Amino acid sequence: MKTLEYDTVVIGGGPAGIAAAIKATELGLKTILIENRDLLGGIPLQCVHTGFGLHYFKEDLTGTQFVTRLLDKLEKLRVEYLLKAHVHSIEYLDYDKKLVNVVTPQGVVRILTKTIIYTTGARERHLYEIGVVGDRPDGIYTAGEAQTLMDIYGIMPGREVVIIGSGDVGLIMARRFALEGAKVKAVIEILPYPGGLMRNVMQCLRDYNIPLLLGHTVVKVVGKKRVEKVIVAKVDENFKPIEGTEFEIPCDTVVLSVGLRPYLKVLEKLGIHIDPATGGPVVNEYLETNIPGVFVAGNALVVNDLVDYAVEQGELAAEGAKVFIENKGIPTKNWKLVEKGRNIRLVVPHAVSGERDVIIYARVANPERNVYVQIPELGFRLFSYGVRPAEMIWFKLRKDMFSKLGADVNKITLEVKPR
Amino acid sequence: MSKELELTCIICPASCTLKVTVEDNKVIKVEGNLCPRGVEFAKNELSNPVRYVMSVVKVRGGDLPTVSVVTRNPVPKNCIWQVMEALAKVEVEAPVEIGDVIVKDICGTDIIATRRAKKI
Ligand SMILES: Cc1cc2nc3c(=O)[nH]c(=O)nc-3n(C[C@H](O)[C@H](O)[C@H](O)COP(=O)(O)OP(=O)(O)OC[C@H]3O[C@@H](n4cnc5c(N)ncnc54)[C@H](O)[C@@H]3O)c2cc1C
Repeated sequence: MKTLEYDTVVIGGGPAGIAAAIKATELGLKTILIENRDLLGGIPLQCVHTGFGLHYFKEDLTGTQFVTRLLDKLEKLRVEYLLKAHVHSIEYLDYDKKLVNVVTPQGVVRILTKTIIYTTGARERHLYEIGVVGDRPDGIYTAGEAQTLMDIYGIMPGREVVIIGSGDVGLIMARRFALEGAKVKAVIEILPYPGGLMRNVMQCLRDYNIPLLLGHTVVKVVGKKRVEKVIVAKVDENFKPIEGTEFEIPCDTVVLSVGLRPYLKVLEKLGIHIDPATGGPVVNEYLETNIPGVFVAGNALVVNDLVDYAVEQGELAAEGAKVFIENKGIPTKNWKLVEKGRNIRLVVPHAVSGERDVIIYARVANPERNVYVQIPELGFRLFSYGVRPAEMIWFKLRKDMFSKLGADVNKITLEVKPR
Repeated sequence: MSKELELTCIICPASCTLKVTVEDNKVIKVEGNLCPRGVEFAKNELSNPVRYVMSVVKVRGGDLPTVSVVTRNPVPKNCIWQVMEALAKVEVEAPVEIGDVIVKDICGTDIIATRRAKKI
Protein backbone atom coordinates (compact mmCIF):
# COMPACT_ATOMS: atom_id res chain seq x y z
CA MET A 1 0.00 0.00 0.00
CA LYS A 2 1.45 3.35 -0.90
CA THR A 3 1.11 6.56 1.11
CA LEU A 4 0.86 9.91 -0.66
CA GLU A 5 1.44 13.29 0.98
CA TYR A 6 -0.48 16.51 0.38
CA ASP A 7 -1.12 19.92 1.94
CA THR A 8 -4.83 19.55 1.41
CA VAL A 9 -7.22 16.79 0.39
CA VAL A 10 -10.56 17.95 -0.98
CA ILE A 11 -13.28 15.31 -0.60
CA GLY A 12 -16.27 15.65 -3.00
CA GLY A 13 -16.00 16.90 -6.59
CA GLY A 14 -19.06 19.16 -6.90
CA PRO A 15 -18.89 22.95 -7.30
CA ALA A 16 -17.68 23.56 -3.72
CA GLY A 17 -14.94 20.94 -4.00
CA ILE A 18 -13.82 21.98 -7.47
CA ALA A 19 -13.65 25.62 -6.38
CA ALA A 20 -11.73 24.66 -3.23
CA ALA A 21 -9.24 22.58 -5.23
CA ILE A 22 -8.70 25.39 -7.75
CA LYS A 23 -8.18 28.00 -5.05
CA ALA A 24 -5.89 25.80 -2.97
CA THR A 25 -3.74 25.11 -6.05
CA GLU A 26 -3.63 28.81 -6.90
CA LEU A 27 -2.49 29.51 -3.35
CA GLY A 28 0.39 27.09 -3.85
CA LEU A 29 -0.92 24.18 -1.81
CA LYS A 30 -0.25 20.63 -2.99
CA THR A 31 -3.82 19.52 -3.57
CA ILE A 32 -5.78 16.42 -4.55
CA LEU A 33 -9.53 16.17 -5.20
CA ILE A 34 -11.39 12.93 -4.47
CA GLU A 35 -14.73 12.08 -6.08
CA ASN A 36 -17.06 9.16 -5.48
CA ARG A 37 -18.75 9.04 -8.87
CA ASP A 38 -17.11 8.38 -12.22
CA LEU A 39 -17.33 12.06 -13.13
CA LEU A 40 -16.68 15.44 -11.53
CA GLY A 41 -19.30 18.18 -11.37
CA GLY A 42 -21.82 17.33 -8.65
CA ILE A 43 -25.45 18.38 -8.98
CA PRO A 44 -25.09 21.13 -11.65
CA LEU A 45 -23.79 18.63 -14.19
CA GLN A 46 -27.34 17.24 -14.31
CA CYS A 47 -29.09 20.64 -14.18
CA VAL A 48 -30.03 21.64 -17.73
CA HIS A 49 -32.01 24.70 -16.61
CA THR A 50 -30.67 28.23 -16.24
CA GLY A 51 -30.33 30.06 -12.93
CA PHE A 52 -26.68 29.36 -12.16
CA GLY A 53 -23.85 31.85 -11.81
CA LEU A 54 -25.64 35.20 -11.58
CA HIS A 55 -23.43 36.21 -8.64
CA TYR A 56 -20.21 34.44 -9.47
CA PHE A 57 -19.95 34.87 -13.25
CA LYS A 58 -22.53 37.71 -13.50
CA GLU A 59 -24.25 35.62 -16.18
CA ASP A 60 -27.32 33.43 -16.18
CA LEU A 61 -25.96 29.99 -17.10
CA THR A 62 -27.33 26.47 -17.12
CA GLY A 63 -25.93 24.21 -14.40
CA THR A 64 -23.98 22.33 -17.06
CA GLN A 65 -22.41 25.51 -18.45
CA PHE A 66 -21.58 26.75 -14.98
CA VAL A 67 -19.77 23.65 -13.84
CA THR A 68 -17.94 23.18 -17.15
CA ARG A 69 -16.34 26.60 -16.63
CA LEU A 70 -15.06 25.46 -13.26
CA LEU A 71 -13.90 22.11 -14.65
CA ASP A 72 -11.99 23.79 -17.48
CA LYS A 73 -10.10 25.84 -14.94
CA LEU A 74 -9.35 22.75 -12.88
CA GLU A 75 -7.92 20.98 -15.94
CA LYS A 76 -5.92 24.03 -16.96
CA LEU A 77 -4.28 24.21 -13.53
CA ARG A 78 -3.64 20.45 -13.75
CA VAL A 79 -5.18 19.82 -10.36
CA GLU A 80 -4.81 16.16 -9.43
CA TYR A 81 -8.01 14.20 -8.89
CA LEU A 82 -9.23 10.66 -8.31
CA LEU A 83 -12.56 9.36 -9.65
CA LYS A 84 -14.58 6.38 -8.38
CA ALA A 85 -12.72 6.94 -5.13
CA HIS A 86 -14.56 6.30 -1.90
CA VAL A 87 -13.26 7.80 1.33
CA HIS A 88 -13.52 4.96 3.80
CA SER A 89 -12.23 6.73 6.90
CA ILE A 90 -10.10 9.55 8.24
CA GLU A 91 -7.61 9.15 11.08
CA TYR A 92 -6.51 12.15 13.13
CA LEU A 93 -2.82 11.66 13.94
CA ASP A 94 -1.80 15.18 14.94
CA TYR A 95 -3.06 18.74 14.39
CA ASP A 96 -1.25 18.86 11.02
CA LYS A 97 -1.35 15.15 10.16
CA LYS A 98 -4.46 13.33 9.05
CA LEU A 99 -4.61 10.06 7.23
CA VAL A 100 -7.33 9.66 4.61
CA ASN A 101 -8.06 6.05 3.61
CA VAL A 102 -9.51 5.89 0.12
CA VAL A 103 -10.90 2.84 -1.68
CA THR A 104 -10.27 3.09 -5.43
CA PRO A 105 -10.66 0.63 -8.31
CA GLN A 106 -6.85 0.26 -8.16
CA GLY A 107 -6.90 -0.63 -4.47
CA VAL A 108 -6.67 1.22 -1.18
CA VAL A 109 -4.77 4.53 -1.22
CA ARG A 110 -3.56 6.18 1.97
CA ILE A 111 -3.15 9.93 1.85
CA LEU A 112 -1.30 11.86 4.54
CA THR A 113 -2.39 15.49 4.65
CA LYS A 114 -2.10 18.65 6.73
CA THR A 115 -5.65 19.81 6.02
CA ILE A 116 -8.95 18.41 4.71
CA ILE A 117 -11.69 20.29 2.87
CA TYR A 118 -14.90 18.29 3.03
CA THR A 119 -17.39 19.05 0.24
CA THR A 120 -19.54 15.97 -0.25
CA GLY A 121 -22.81 17.86 -0.68
CA ALA A 122 -26.14 16.99 0.87
CA ARG A 123 -28.30 13.88 0.99
CA GLU A 124 -31.87 13.99 -0.33
CA ARG A 125 -34.51 13.17 2.26
CA HIS A 126 -36.56 10.06 1.56
CA LEU A 127 -40.10 8.70 2.10
CA TYR A 128 -39.43 7.24 5.54
CA GLU A 129 -38.43 10.68 6.80
CA ILE A 130 -41.78 12.26 5.90
CA GLY A 131 -44.03 9.55 7.31
CA VAL A 132 -45.47 8.12 4.08
CA VAL A 133 -46.65 4.53 4.62
CA GLY A 134 -47.70 1.78 2.21
CA ASP A 135 -45.81 -0.18 -0.45
CA ARG A 136 -42.29 0.41 -1.74
CA PRO A 137 -42.56 -0.71 -5.37
CA ASP A 138 -40.49 0.48 -8.35
CA GLY A 139 -41.14 4.00 -9.51
CA ILE A 140 -40.16 5.98 -6.41
CA TYR A 141 -37.29 8.38 -7.05
CA THR A 142 -35.70 11.34 -5.35
CA ALA A 143 -35.54 14.44 -7.56
CA GLY A 144 -31.79 13.99 -7.92
CA GLU A 145 -32.13 10.36 -9.03
CA ALA A 146 -34.80 11.26 -11.58
CA GLN A 147 -32.65 14.12 -12.83
CA THR A 148 -29.57 11.90 -13.21
CA LEU A 149 -31.56 9.35 -15.22
CA MET A 150 -33.19 11.92 -17.51
CA ASP A 151 -30.53 14.52 -17.99
CA ILE A 152 -27.31 12.51 -17.89
CA TYR A 153 -28.42 9.08 -19.16
CA GLY A 154 -31.43 10.13 -21.26
CA ILE A 155 -33.79 7.63 -19.60
CA MET A 156 -37.38 8.57 -18.70
CA PRO A 157 -38.18 7.33 -15.19
CA GLY A 158 -41.94 7.23 -15.79
CA ARG A 159 -45.00 8.60 -17.62
CA GLU A 160 -47.56 9.61 -14.98
CA VAL A 161 -45.90 11.49 -12.22
CA VAL A 162 -46.79 12.84 -8.79
CA ILE A 163 -44.23 15.16 -7.23
CA ILE A 164 -44.01 15.55 -3.46
CA GLY A 165 -42.65 18.94 -2.39
CA SER A 166 -42.94 22.34 -4.05
CA GLY A 167 -39.47 23.74 -3.40
CA ASP A 168 -37.61 25.00 -6.46
CA VAL A 169 -36.22 21.52 -7.07
CA GLY A 170 -39.71 19.97 -7.18
CA LEU A 171 -41.05 22.75 -9.44
CA ILE A 172 -38.14 22.47 -11.85
CA MET A 173 -38.51 18.69 -12.03
CA ALA A 174 -42.25 19.07 -12.73
CA ARG A 175 -41.40 21.16 -15.78
CA ARG A 176 -38.70 18.74 -16.90
CA PHE A 177 -41.14 15.81 -16.83
CA ALA A 178 -43.87 17.81 -18.59
CA LEU A 179 -41.47 18.95 -21.33
CA GLU A 180 -40.39 15.37 -21.98
CA GLY A 181 -44.01 14.38 -22.52
CA ALA A 182 -44.88 12.90 -19.13
CA LYS A 183 -48.20 13.74 -17.49
CA VAL A 184 -47.50 15.49 -14.19
CA LYS A 185 -50.65 14.73 -12.21
CA ALA A 186 -49.91 17.08 -9.30
CA VAL A 187 -47.31 18.71 -7.13
CA ILE A 188 -48.22 18.08 -3.49
CA GLU A 189 -47.15 20.53 -0.78
CA ILE A 190 -47.88 20.16 2.92
CA LEU A 191 -47.42 23.89 3.71
CA PRO A 192 -50.14 26.43 2.90
CA TYR A 193 -47.77 28.24 0.49
CA PRO A 194 -45.38 27.05 -2.23
CA GLY A 195 -41.83 26.32 -1.06
CA GLY A 196 -40.11 27.65 -4.18
CA LEU A 197 -39.97 31.03 -5.86
CA MET A 198 -43.18 32.44 -7.37
CA ARG A 199 -41.25 32.75 -10.60
CA ASN A 200 -40.89 28.98 -10.69
CA VAL A 201 -44.54 28.41 -9.77
CA MET A 202 -45.39 30.46 -12.87
CA GLN A 203 -42.91 29.18 -15.42
CA CYS A 204 -42.78 25.56 -14.25
CA LEU A 205 -46.37 24.82 -13.21
CA ARG A 206 -48.74 27.43 -14.72
CA ASP A 207 -47.13 27.24 -18.15
CA TYR A 208 -47.86 23.49 -18.26
CA ASN A 209 -51.18 23.49 -16.36
CA ILE A 210 -49.77 21.37 -13.56
CA PRO A 211 -51.98 21.41 -10.44
CA LEU A 212 -50.38 22.52 -7.15
CA LEU A 213 -52.12 21.08 -4.11
CA LEU A 214 -51.22 23.23 -1.10
CA GLY A 215 -51.97 22.02 2.43
CA HIS A 216 -52.00 18.40 1.21
CA THR A 217 -49.80 15.40 1.81
CA VAL A 218 -49.30 11.93 0.41
CA VAL A 219 -50.29 9.50 3.15
CA LYS A 220 -49.71 6.24 1.30
CA VAL A 221 -48.07 4.77 -1.78
CA VAL A 222 -49.89 1.81 -3.39
CA GLY A 223 -48.47 -0.63 -5.96
CA LYS A 224 -47.34 -4.24 -6.30
CA LYS A 225 -44.41 -4.21 -8.69
CA ARG A 226 -44.67 -0.62 -9.87
CA VAL A 227 -46.34 2.39 -8.28
CA GLU A 228 -50.08 2.29 -9.15
CA LYS A 229 -51.42 5.25 -7.18
CA VAL A 230 -50.90 7.51 -4.19
CA ILE A 231 -53.43 8.36 -1.50
CA VAL A 232 -53.52 12.09 -0.79
CA ALA A 233 -55.20 13.93 2.09
CA LYS A 234 -55.66 17.49 3.31
CA VAL A 235 -53.74 18.42 6.44
CA ASP A 236 -54.76 20.46 9.47
CA GLU A 237 -52.75 23.33 10.97
CA ASN A 238 -50.49 20.81 12.72
CA PHE A 239 -49.78 19.12 9.37
CA LYS A 240 -51.77 16.02 10.40
CA PRO A 241 -53.88 14.42 7.64
CA ILE A 242 -57.60 15.17 8.10
CA GLU A 243 -59.66 11.99 8.18
CA GLY A 244 -62.28 11.75 5.46
CA THR A 245 -60.43 14.03 3.01
CA GLU A 246 -58.43 11.23 1.34
CA PHE A 247 -58.51 10.74 -2.42
CA GLU A 248 -56.46 8.75 -4.95
CA ILE A 249 -54.22 9.91 -7.73
CA PRO A 250 -53.32 7.13 -10.18
CA CYS A 251 -49.67 7.38 -11.29
CA ASP A 252 -46.68 5.19 -12.11
CA THR A 253 -43.99 7.42 -10.61
CA VAL A 254 -43.48 9.35 -7.38
CA VAL A 255 -40.73 11.97 -7.27
CA LEU A 256 -39.58 13.18 -3.88
CA SER A 257 -38.33 16.67 -3.44
CA VAL A 258 -38.63 17.06 0.30
CA GLY A 259 -35.40 18.72 1.26
CA LEU A 260 -31.72 18.02 1.67
CA ARG A 261 -29.54 17.36 4.69
CA PRO A 262 -25.74 17.73 4.90
CA TYR A 263 -24.13 14.30 4.80
CA LEU A 264 -21.12 13.92 7.10
CA LYS A 265 -20.90 10.30 8.13
CA VAL A 266 -17.13 10.03 7.83
CA LEU A 267 -16.55 13.22 9.82
CA GLU A 268 -19.03 12.28 12.53
CA LYS A 269 -16.83 9.31 13.36
CA LEU A 270 -14.02 11.80 13.96
CA GLY A 271 -16.10 13.56 16.62
CA ILE A 272 -17.17 16.61 14.69
CA HIS A 273 -19.72 18.94 16.37
CA ILE A 274 -23.00 19.21 14.46
CA ASP A 275 -25.38 22.19 14.54
CA PRO A 276 -28.89 20.70 14.68
CA ALA A 277 -30.27 23.76 12.84
CA THR A 278 -28.15 23.31 9.70
CA GLY A 279 -27.44 19.60 10.03
CA GLY A 280 -23.88 20.58 9.16
CA PRO A 281 -20.84 21.20 11.34
CA VAL A 282 -20.20 24.07 13.73
CA VAL A 283 -17.55 26.23 12.03
CA ASN A 284 -15.53 29.40 12.47
CA GLU A 285 -15.18 32.08 9.81
CA TYR A 286 -12.65 30.03 7.82
CA LEU A 287 -15.22 27.21 7.79
CA GLU A 288 -12.94 25.17 10.03
CA THR A 289 -14.70 22.65 12.28
CA ASN A 290 -13.85 21.81 15.89
CA ILE A 291 -11.26 19.40 14.50
CA PRO A 292 -8.17 21.47 13.66
CA GLY A 293 -7.44 21.68 9.95
CA VAL A 294 -10.71 20.06 8.87
CA PHE A 295 -12.83 22.48 6.83
CA VAL A 296 -16.33 21.98 5.39
CA ALA A 297 -17.92 23.90 2.48
CA GLY A 298 -20.91 23.83 0.14
CA ASN A 299 -24.03 21.78 0.83
CA ALA A 300 -22.13 19.64 3.33
CA LEU A 301 -21.85 22.80 5.45
CA VAL A 302 -25.33 24.23 4.95
CA VAL A 303 -27.89 23.59 2.21
CA ASN A 304 -27.38 26.47 -0.22
CA ASP A 305 -30.04 27.62 -2.69
CA LEU A 306 -27.39 29.05 -4.98
CA VAL A 307 -24.38 27.29 -6.39
CA ASP A 308 -22.54 30.62 -6.20
CA TYR A 309 -22.54 30.39 -2.41
CA ALA A 310 -21.20 26.82 -2.47
CA VAL A 311 -18.32 28.00 -4.68
CA GLU A 312 -17.62 30.99 -2.46
CA GLN A 313 -17.46 28.69 0.57
CA GLY A 314 -15.11 26.30 -1.22
CA GLU A 315 -12.72 29.15 -1.99
CA LEU A 316 -12.88 30.42 1.57
CA ALA A 317 -12.09 26.97 2.98
CA ALA A 318 -9.02 26.84 0.71
CA GLU A 319 -7.87 30.20 2.09
CA GLY A 320 -8.44 28.78 5.55
CA ALA A 321 -6.26 25.78 4.74
CA LYS A 322 -3.49 28.12 3.60
CA VAL A 323 -3.71 30.23 6.79
CA PHE A 324 -3.75 27.04 8.85
CA ILE A 325 -0.61 25.64 7.23
CA GLU A 326 1.31 28.93 7.41
CA ASN A 327 0.49 29.58 11.06
CA LYS A 328 0.44 26.01 12.30
CA GLY A 329 -3.23 26.44 13.10
CA ILE A 330 -5.78 29.25 12.72
CA PRO A 331 -4.15 32.10 14.70
CA THR A 332 -7.32 33.79 16.03
CA LYS A 333 -7.44 33.84 19.84
CA ASN A 334 -10.63 35.75 20.53
CA TRP A 335 -13.72 34.32 18.79
CA LYS A 336 -17.09 35.99 18.96
CA LEU A 337 -20.04 33.63 18.78
CA VAL A 338 -22.79 34.42 16.27
CA GLU A 339 -26.11 33.90 18.09
CA LYS A 340 -29.56 33.43 16.60
CA GLY A 341 -32.00 36.17 17.56
CA ARG A 342 -35.62 36.82 16.60
CA ASN A 343 -36.89 34.84 13.55
CA ILE A 344 -33.49 33.40 12.67
CA ARG A 345 -33.54 29.64 12.12
CA LEU A 346 -29.92 29.11 11.20
CA VAL A 347 -26.73 31.07 10.69
CA VAL A 348 -23.25 30.22 9.37
CA PRO A 349 -20.45 30.69 10.42
CA HIS A 350 -20.92 30.12 14.14
CA ALA A 351 -17.92 32.19 15.26
CA VAL A 352 -16.18 35.26 13.82
CA SER A 353 -12.95 37.07 14.68
CA GLY A 354 -13.64 40.64 13.59
CA GLU A 355 -10.12 40.61 12.15
CA ARG A 356 -11.25 40.25 8.53
CA ASP A 357 -14.32 40.67 6.31
CA VAL A 358 -16.75 37.80 6.68
CA ILE A 359 -19.83 36.61 4.78
CA ILE A 360 -22.87 35.59 6.80
CA TYR A 361 -25.38 33.03 5.49
CA ALA A 362 -28.70 32.70 7.31
CA ARG A 363 -32.30 31.55 7.00
CA VAL A 364 -35.40 32.83 8.75
CA ALA A 365 -37.89 30.61 10.58
CA ASN A 366 -41.02 32.32 9.18
CA PRO A 367 -41.84 34.50 6.17
CA GLU A 368 -42.07 38.20 7.05
CA ARG A 369 -42.47 41.44 5.07
CA ASN A 370 -40.75 44.84 5.41
CA VAL A 371 -38.10 43.97 7.94
CA TYR A 372 -34.62 44.85 9.10
CA VAL A 373 -32.00 42.14 9.24
CA GLN A 374 -29.67 43.43 11.93
CA ILE A 375 -26.83 42.87 14.37
CA PRO A 376 -27.33 45.36 17.22
CA GLU A 377 -23.84 44.90 18.72
CA LEU A 378 -22.29 46.16 15.46
CA GLY A 379 -24.92 48.77 14.64
CA PHE A 380 -25.44 46.78 11.42
CA ARG A 381 -28.84 46.93 9.75
CA LEU A 382 -30.15 45.88 6.33
CA PHE A 383 -33.63 46.58 4.99
CA SER A 384 -35.52 43.82 3.17
CA TYR A 385 -38.92 43.88 1.44
CA GLY A 386 -39.46 40.31 2.45
CA VAL A 387 -37.65 37.35 3.95
CA ARG A 388 -38.67 33.73 3.33
CA PRO A 389 -37.32 30.45 4.75
CA ALA A 390 -36.62 29.25 1.20
CA GLU A 391 -34.33 32.17 0.41
CA MET A 392 -30.98 32.38 2.07
CA ILE A 393 -29.94 35.71 3.55
CA TRP A 394 -26.46 36.66 2.40
CA PHE A 395 -24.41 39.68 3.46
CA LYS A 396 -20.88 40.76 4.15
CA LEU A 397 -19.66 42.13 7.48
CA ARG A 398 -16.66 44.37 6.96
CA LYS A 399 -13.75 44.24 9.37
CA ASP A 400 -14.15 47.94 10.29
CA MET A 401 -17.70 47.31 11.58
CA PHE A 402 -16.12 45.43 14.47
CA SER A 403 -13.97 48.38 15.57
CA LYS A 404 -16.75 49.72 17.83
CA LEU A 405 -17.03 46.40 19.58
CA GLY A 406 -15.39 46.19 23.01
CA ALA A 407 -12.61 43.63 23.36
CA ASP A 408 -14.57 41.89 26.11
CA VAL A 409 -17.65 41.31 23.91
CA ASN A 410 -17.69 37.66 22.93
CA LYS A 411 -20.93 37.41 20.98
CA ILE A 412 -22.99 39.12 18.29
CA THR A 413 -26.68 38.48 17.59
CA LEU A 414 -28.36 38.22 14.21
CA GLU A 415 -32.06 39.06 14.27
CA VAL A 416 -34.99 40.06 12.07
CA LYS A 417 -37.18 42.93 13.27
CA PRO A 418 -40.28 44.51 11.69
CA ARG A 419 -39.58 48.01 10.35
CA MET B 1 -61.72 51.08 -21.13
CA SER B 2 -58.71 50.22 -19.03
CA LYS B 3 -58.35 47.11 -16.93
CA GLU B 4 -55.91 46.01 -14.28
CA LEU B 5 -54.30 42.63 -13.95
CA GLU B 6 -51.60 40.93 -11.93
CA LEU B 7 -48.54 39.13 -13.26
CA THR B 8 -45.52 37.52 -11.63
CA CYS B 9 -42.31 38.62 -13.28
CA ILE B 10 -40.09 35.60 -14.05
CA ILE B 11 -36.96 37.43 -15.18
CA CYS B 12 -35.07 37.01 -11.91
CA PRO B 13 -35.55 35.32 -8.52
CA ALA B 14 -37.07 38.47 -6.96
CA SER B 15 -40.33 37.34 -8.64
CA CYS B 16 -41.95 40.80 -8.46
CA THR B 17 -45.73 40.95 -8.40
CA LEU B 18 -46.62 43.35 -11.22
CA LYS B 19 -49.83 45.39 -11.31
CA VAL B 20 -50.39 46.01 -14.98
CA THR B 21 -52.88 48.49 -16.42
CA VAL B 22 -54.00 47.69 -19.98
CA GLU B 23 -55.96 49.95 -22.32
CA ASP B 24 -56.95 48.98 -25.88
CA ASN B 25 -54.69 45.93 -25.64
CA LYS B 26 -51.76 48.17 -24.74
CA VAL B 27 -49.83 48.20 -21.50
CA ILE B 28 -50.06 51.77 -20.16
CA LYS B 29 -48.77 51.31 -16.62
CA VAL B 30 -46.69 48.76 -14.69
CA GLU B 31 -46.29 48.95 -10.93
CA GLY B 32 -44.56 46.74 -8.38
CA ASN B 33 -41.43 46.11 -10.44
CA LEU B 34 -38.06 46.55 -8.74
CA CYS B 35 -36.26 47.12 -12.06
CA PRO B 36 -37.06 48.19 -15.65
CA ARG B 37 -36.96 44.61 -16.91
CA GLY B 38 -40.36 44.14 -15.24
CA VAL B 39 -41.98 46.58 -17.68
CA GLU B 40 -40.45 44.81 -20.65
CA PHE B 41 -41.61 41.47 -19.27
CA ALA B 42 -45.19 42.65 -18.76
CA LYS B 43 -45.39 43.97 -22.32
CA ASN B 44 -44.03 40.75 -23.80
CA GLU B 45 -46.08 38.53 -21.57
CA LEU B 46 -49.34 40.13 -22.71
CA SER B 47 -48.54 40.32 -26.42
CA ASN B 48 -46.12 37.50 -27.18
CA PRO B 49 -44.95 35.51 -24.14
CA VAL B 50 -41.58 33.86 -24.68
CA ARG B 51 -39.59 31.20 -22.84
CA TYR B 52 -36.19 29.56 -23.05
CA VAL B 53 -36.54 25.83 -23.71
CA MET B 54 -34.03 23.49 -22.10
CA SER B 55 -33.66 19.76 -22.61
CA VAL B 56 -31.19 17.02 -23.60
CA VAL B 57 -30.49 15.20 -26.88
CA LYS B 58 -28.89 11.83 -27.55
CA VAL B 59 -25.18 11.60 -28.38
CA ARG B 60 -23.40 8.79 -30.21
CA GLY B 61 -19.86 7.90 -29.20
CA GLY B 62 -19.61 10.36 -26.31
CA ASP B 63 -18.41 10.04 -22.72
CA LEU B 64 -22.01 10.61 -21.65
CA PRO B 65 -25.10 9.42 -23.55
CA THR B 66 -26.65 12.92 -23.79
CA VAL B 67 -25.77 16.58 -24.12
CA SER B 68 -27.92 19.30 -22.63
CA VAL B 69 -29.29 22.04 -24.89
CA VAL B 70 -31.06 25.41 -24.74
CA THR B 71 -32.67 27.72 -27.29
CA ARG B 72 -30.23 30.55 -28.02
CA ASN B 73 -33.05 33.04 -27.48
CA PRO B 74 -36.41 32.63 -25.81
CA VAL B 75 -39.07 31.30 -28.21
CA PRO B 76 -42.80 32.10 -28.31
CA LYS B 77 -44.62 29.96 -25.76
CA ASN B 78 -46.71 28.27 -28.42
CA CYS B 79 -43.51 27.05 -30.12
CA ILE B 80 -42.32 25.04 -27.12
CA TRP B 81 -43.78 21.75 -28.40
CA GLN B 82 -42.39 22.28 -31.87
CA VAL B 83 -38.93 22.63 -30.31
CA MET B 84 -39.38 19.53 -28.13
CA GLU B 85 -40.58 17.43 -31.07
CA ALA B 86 -37.59 18.45 -33.14
CA LEU B 87 -35.23 17.62 -30.26
CA ALA B 88 -36.77 14.16 -29.77
CA LYS B 89 -35.63 13.22 -33.28
CA VAL B 90 -32.10 14.58 -33.04
CA GLU B 91 -29.07 12.43 -32.39
CA VAL B 92 -25.64 13.99 -32.63
CA GLU B 93 -22.14 12.58 -32.95
CA ALA B 94 -19.45 13.28 -30.31
CA PRO B 95 -17.46 15.43 -29.83
CA VAL B 96 -19.83 18.25 -28.95
CA GLU B 97 -18.62 21.59 -27.57
CA ILE B 98 -20.67 24.03 -25.50
CA GLY B 99 -22.23 26.51 -27.91
CA ASP B 100 -22.33 24.09 -30.88
CA VAL B 101 -25.52 24.44 -32.90
CA ILE B 102 -27.62 21.31 -32.48
CA VAL B 103 -30.67 22.42 -34.50
CA LYS B 104 -30.44 25.36 -36.85
CA ASP B 105 -33.14 27.94 -37.40
CA ILE B 106 -36.18 26.78 -35.49
CA CYS B 107 -38.88 29.16 -34.21
CA GLY B 108 -36.62 32.06 -35.12
CA THR B 109 -33.58 30.84 -33.22
CA ASP B 110 -31.06 28.00 -32.93
CA ILE B 111 -30.69 25.29 -30.35
CA ILE B 112 -27.24 25.12 -28.84
CA ALA B 113 -25.38 22.66 -26.63
CA THR B 114 -24.80 23.53 -22.97
CA ARG B 115 -22.74 20.50 -21.99
CA ARG B 116 -19.69 18.98 -23.59
CA ALA B 117 -19.51 15.44 -24.93
CA LYS B 118 -15.98 14.14 -25.31
CA LYS B 119 -15.38 11.50 -27.97
CA ILE B 120 -14.46 8.12 -26.56
C1 LIG C 1 -32.77 20.12 -8.91
C2 LIG C 1 -31.84 21.21 -8.41
C3 LIG C 1 -31.89 22.45 -8.99
C4 LIG C 1 -30.99 23.45 -8.59
N1 LIG C 1 -31.07 24.65 -9.24
C5 LIG C 1 -30.19 25.62 -8.93
C6 LIG C 1 -30.21 26.86 -9.65
O1 LIG C 1 -31.07 27.09 -10.53
N2 LIG C 1 -29.29 27.80 -9.35
C7 LIG C 1 -28.34 27.58 -8.38
O2 LIG C 1 -27.50 28.46 -8.16
N3 LIG C 1 -28.30 26.42 -7.67
C8 LIG C 1 -29.20 25.44 -7.92
N4 LIG C 1 -29.17 24.27 -7.21
C9 LIG C 1 -28.23 24.17 -6.05
C10 LIG C 1 -26.82 23.73 -6.43
O3 LIG C 1 -26.88 22.63 -7.29
C11 LIG C 1 -26.04 23.39 -5.15
O4 LIG C 1 -25.98 24.53 -4.35
C12 LIG C 1 -24.60 22.94 -5.43
O5 LIG C 1 -24.58 21.85 -6.31
C13 LIG C 1 -23.88 22.55 -4.14
O6 LIG C 1 -22.57 22.16 -4.45
P1 LIG C 1 -21.73 21.15 -3.58
O7 LIG C 1 -20.41 21.05 -4.22
O8 LIG C 1 -21.79 21.54 -2.17
O9 LIG C 1 -22.52 19.75 -3.63
P2 LIG C 1 -22.85 18.75 -4.84
O10 LIG C 1 -23.12 19.45 -6.10
O11 LIG C 1 -23.89 17.84 -4.29
O12 LIG C 1 -21.50 17.91 -5.03
C14 LIG C 1 -21.05 16.98 -4.07
C15 LIG C 1 -20.08 16.02 -4.74
O13 LIG C 1 -19.46 15.19 -3.74
C16 LIG C 1 -19.45 13.83 -4.18
N5 LIG C 1 -19.42 12.97 -2.99
C17 LIG C 1 -20.42 12.72 -2.12
N6 LIG C 1 -20.00 11.91 -1.14
C18 LIG C 1 -18.70 11.64 -1.39
C19 LIG C 1 -17.70 10.85 -0.73
N7 LIG C 1 -17.96 10.19 0.41
N8 LIG C 1 -16.46 10.80 -1.27
C20 LIG C 1 -16.20 11.48 -2.40
N9 LIG C 1 -17.08 12.23 -3.07
C21 LIG C 1 -18.32 12.31 -2.56
C22 LIG C 1 -20.73 13.73 -5.00
O14 LIG C 1 -20.66 12.64 -5.90
C23 LIG C 1 -20.74 15.07 -5.73
O15 LIG C 1 -20.00 15.05 -6.92
C24 LIG C 1 -30.05 23.23 -7.56
C25 LIG C 1 -30.03 21.97 -6.94
C26 LIG C 1 -30.91 20.97 -7.33
C27 LIG C 1 -30.87 19.64 -6.63
